Amino acid sequence: MRYSGFKVIKEALTGHKGWTQAWRDPEPQAQYDIVIIGGGGHGLATAHYLASVYGERRVAVIEKGWIGGGNVGRNTTIIRSNYLLDGNEPFYEFSLKLWEGLEQDLNYNAMVSQRGIMNLIHSDAQRDAFIRRGNAMILNGADAELLSEAQIRLEYPFLNFDDARFPIKGGLAQRRGGTVRHDAVAWGYARAADSRGVDIIQNCEVIGFRIEDGTCLGVETSKGFIGAGRVGCAVAGNSSRLMAKAGMRLPIESHVLQAFVSEGLKPVLPGVITFGAGHFYVSQSDKGGLVFGGDIDGYNSYAQRGNLPVVEDVCEGGMAIMPMIGRARLLRMWGGIMDMSMDGSPIIDRTHIDGLYFNGGWCYGGFKATPASGYAFAHLLARDEPHETATAYRFDRFRTGHMIDEKGMGNQPNLH
Amino acid sequence: MIINHPLLGPRDSAEFVYLGAATLMDRPDPDTATAEEWHDYGYLRDNPAGPHRELWFHEGGDRSILIVTRNTTTHEITAVELARTVGART
Ligand SMILES: Cc1cc2nc3c(=O)[nH]c(=O)nc-3n(C[C@H](O)[C@H](O)[C@H](O)COP(=O)(O)OP(=O)(O)OC[C@H]3O[C@@H](n4cnc5c(N)ncnc54)[C@H](O)[C@@H]3O)c2cc1C
Repeated sequence: MRYSGFKVIKEALTGHKGWTQAWRDPEPQAQYDIVIIGGGGHGLATAHYLASVYGERRVAVIEKGWIGGGNVGRNTTIIRSNYLLDGNEPFYEFSLKLWEGLEQDLNYNAMVSQRGIMNLIHSDAQRDAFIRRGNAMILNGADAELLSEAQIRLEYPFLNFDDARFPIKGGLAQRRGGTVRHDAVAWGYARAADSRGVDIIQNCEVIGFRIEDGTCLGVETSKGFIGAGRVGCAVAGNSSRLMAKAGMRLPIESHVLQAFVSEGLKPVLPGVITFGAGHFYVSQSDKGGLVFGGDIDGYNSYAQRGNLPVVEDVCEGGMAIMPMIGRARLLRMWGGIMDMSMDGSPIIDRTHIDGLYFNGGWCYGGFKATPASGYAFAHLLARDEPHETATAYRFDRFRTGHMIDEKGMGNQPNLH
Repeated sequence: MIINHPLLGPRDSAEFVYLGAATLMDRPDPDTATAEEWHDYGYLRDNPAGPHRELWFHEGGDRSILIVTRNTTTHEITAVELARTVGART
């Protein structure tokens, strides 16, 4: 069933009796060509592109809970392609382009809103760094705009420009960045993949791999063995736990990141803004809540809830750049488990086991990557070679010294 | 989280800097280690869900490094040792 304005009017006039289920709830078959583990954004996007671009017909996505219950439904929904390094920027720009055509491709309203993102500048050194970043973006076909303090005052008059410690001196804007309704991304990809015959199997946990003579033959699940020609793992924060079942240790630590939403307010914040002197980012959802966050808690965690020191730190960041946020009441807060890699960049690669492929290490920035990650992972699974935008995301970069370390922090995952 | 420092008693975890898994204390022998051993030491982690031995540096306190055994699914801390005592034993 296709969704359209015409369909909405027709259903409104006929008592909404014609809406059907958005995707099926199938039992697993004994064998698939490709099994994707993890029904988050990346797993579902992979399935969609496998079916729609690479013509794969026998594909299943296996999810231990319900689709969208992981990070894809827990993030602060910011999309952008404002990276510096060559290994990253073409990939994230490819992703942003896919976001721009996503809703037509999926026939689903994911509320992609290119309201713009603005990184604030507080010092001369930071301006130099942002000019360099903006130029790298432009060289890779992305958009970037350096704004003066006066220009920002017109758009965001309420910011704390004249703060004694961190005055606002300008900003780097990416107008094509913005926000997307996160759950709708999971649902839209699921519906599109399902319509092309992909089986989405929920409440089915992968508990092991069947590996014989160095080849992966399928997965052991809570619903029994499922055979597969190729297996793709995309389980984000649970990457180390899952791959340990294949005997692998990963260059990843799992950390908790918290997010916060205020009560609904009238429109106050037109785009996404980030504080350059601390770690704080905020946007306003279409329902009116201020959606904001900051740093990860900083210690290994699988708890999906954080602790108070980071709450205090995030709120201090908010008060530092937009003091009026102190008048809003906090409505909800939660945590998600991040797959923090050793250089802050992801991995989309084969493993040393034939037929077993891995996608992970997304840190706290994997939502914006969802379309390109799915596309590149589908390419790898279908063709057994990396997609042209993802050639740097290899396991062996830590052996060969080709780290993609945007922040230059080294192998300390909680600093990325 | 409250970390029960062996010398100073209960301290707020915010006084500490988290350094990572306690396996970082088992550094390969620089004279004999292979490149592969350095790679595994520097970049691979067990990252378990459950009890985890990890290093916390008391930067805002006595500057000692502690080995904290903490459950990563509940944040419950079950043991705290001074890294230098453990290091001296091994
Ligand atoms: C608070 C917060 C804020 C964030 N903000 C942003 C942001 O503003 N911008 C941005 O780009 N990114 C952001 N991120 C990061 C982003 O959400 C993640 O990097 C991304 O969603 C991870 O990919 P995913 O959607 O596939 O993960 P998930 O949705 O977590 O999918 C993984 C799935 O695998 C399933 N699974 C795990 N183990 C198994 C198993 N053994 N068997 C079967 N299934 C299994 C899980 O149940 C889960 O559904 C944020 C994350 C958090 C938590």
